[in-house]
Amino acid sequence: MRFTRPHLRLNGIIGCILVGILLLTIAVGYVWMPYNPIAIDLDHTLSHPSAAHWLGSDEFGRDVLSRAMLGARISTTIALEATFGAIILGASLGIVTGFLRGWTDRCLMMINDSILALPGILLALGLIAVLGSGQASIVLALTIAYLPSVVRVVRGAVMSIREREYIEASRVAGDGTLYTMFHHVLPNILPPIVVLTTSVFGWVVLSESALSFLGVGVPPPAPSWGNMLSSARPYMENASWLSIVPGLCIALTLLGINFFGDALRDLLDPRRDA
Amino acid sequence: MVQYVAKRLLLTLPTLLLVSLIVFSIIRLVPGDPAQVLLGEDADKASVAQLRQEMGLNRPLIVQYLHWLGHSVRGDLGNSISTGEPVSGMIVQRFQLSAVVALTAVFLATSIAICAGLIAAWKRDTGVDFAVVGAASLVLALPSFWLGLLLMLVFGLKFGWLPVVGYVPFSEDAVQWALFLILPVLTLTIIESGVLTRMMRSSSLDVLKMEYITHARAKGLSEMRVLTRHVFPNAFAPTLTLVGLTLGQLLGGIAVIETVFTLPGLGRLMVDGILARDYPVVQGCLLFTGLAYVVINLIVDLCYPLFDPRVTAN
Repeated sequence: MRFTRPHLRLNGIIGCILVGILLLTIAVGYVWMPYNPIAIDLDHTLSHPSAAHWLGSDEFGRDVLSRAMLGARISTTIALEATFGAIILGASLGIVTGFLRGWTDRCLMMINDSILALPGILLALGLIAVLGSGQASIVLALTIAYLPSVVRVVRGAVMSIREREYIEASRVAGDGTLYTMFHHVLPNILPPIVVLTTSVFGWVVLSESALSFLGVGVPPPAPSWGNMLSSARPYMENASWLSIVPGLCIALTLLGINFFGDALRDLLDPRRDA
Repeated sequence: MVQYVAKRLLLTLPTLLLVSLIVFSIIRLVPGDPAQVLLGEDADKASVAQLRQEMGLNRPLIVQYLHWLGHSVRGDLGNSISTGEPVSGMIVQRFQLSAVVALTAVFLATSIAICAGLIAAWKRDTGVDFAVVGAASLVLALPSFWLGLLLMLVFGLKFGWLPVVGYVPFSEDAVQWALFLILPVLTLTIIESGVLTRMMRSSSLDVLKMEYITHARAKGLSEMRVLTRHVFPNAFAPTLTLVGLTLGQLLGGIAVIETVFTLPGLGRLMVDGILARDYPVVQGCLLFTGLAYVVINLIVDLCYPLFDPRVTAN
């Protein structure tokens, strides 16, 4: 039995559907949530999924569905902020180092590579130790943690096109360095940057949930999928839905964004064998 | 070969120095006075000033850095604020457990990835390939701590086959020790095999297109021999780099698994240090893990020529 690479097209469809569901959930959360996600109701603690609480309630009687919906908003906001921070800063640095070469490149890349020598999540942990926990410091820590990888990838892409004729032509035409960088280099390396954005978004979602799970991320009572999982641990035996729901949210988001990224890559760079 | 090794070793030194500089700077960014932090909020000014003097905080930053680096090189990472124990001793003790878990998991994940990746590439575009790629993609999307919790729920609580939380030192009861480590190792093995399998599959696909593979087949070699003797060594080299990176990332990220299974490992030491604002411990863990990461990548690079002799040629 031979498949004609069906998973590639299937990937894209599943990815789009999952990302769509995530965005829809966040949008609906702005207008309507079944309950107030941080309202404590001690009469209905740890209630099973039912008509009143579709996904059950937690140890303080808070509605799990409402918390997961607010968690989607919080986790996605953090991930988007950190991703765009890392991509914009990283792409600018990558273009500058890759295009200028010479000493600027050597010095920046030496610093960059030694930051890369620390695993991303470890660097984020170290930075949070310094910045203290809280939404703003997670965004900053994750931006810095994933910045070096972005610089590396973008620099590589820039170096592969900087010797092309159209860049040469721009120089000969007397365009300024900045003008060439933003009008000729940037548009031509956009496809890899777009694909990279989806990967970074996935890493950041995972790292944020891990940090929150460890207790150094989003501070309670605000829900994030990670801290929901962490507070669900003691009730695992009697209230398994508490650990299943937030984990499933993270997994489906990651699956969606990974598939979406794969599909984008196939679309933007058909030469590459997936 | 000697030249390659020497060059690679030399390149490691500046990286290590920069890593130490980054770790030093991160901790120096802590808002407030380290002496005040050590003594607590309500310490009087005189004792803070005295401690500043003792800690050398009045000296220029570069002198402080060199002083700290000198001590770190000799294995003195200072004492923990909360327990007063030497940080280096705590790290060495905690690291043994983390290393056992991480190394076993990465070894198992690599073995799975080699088999699954090779077979998927060999059976490209068939049901087998589809299943392997699908499973690897699914695994890639699983957060390790969630998978850990689910495995615990199934094997620990529902079936009651394995102990759920806690830890028994190897010296007390080797069998119990191993039983406690099965679930954490299994979790990490599943998680890490995803990315490694994808890498192995794509590099095997590249190698299978090569002319020497056609040649090997034309010589009449069995498919088994073609795969094991000709495809595997060449396809494994890029995967090996990823194995090193994975192992290093794991040392940084193992804290989550240690939290799920309440194992007293290195990752948990660092997170507890952060929560307790025990900066010598955090600094020591950061430096040690950074060092381990650099050393792992060094070892991987030194092993590289074993699989791909072309590396030493340039």
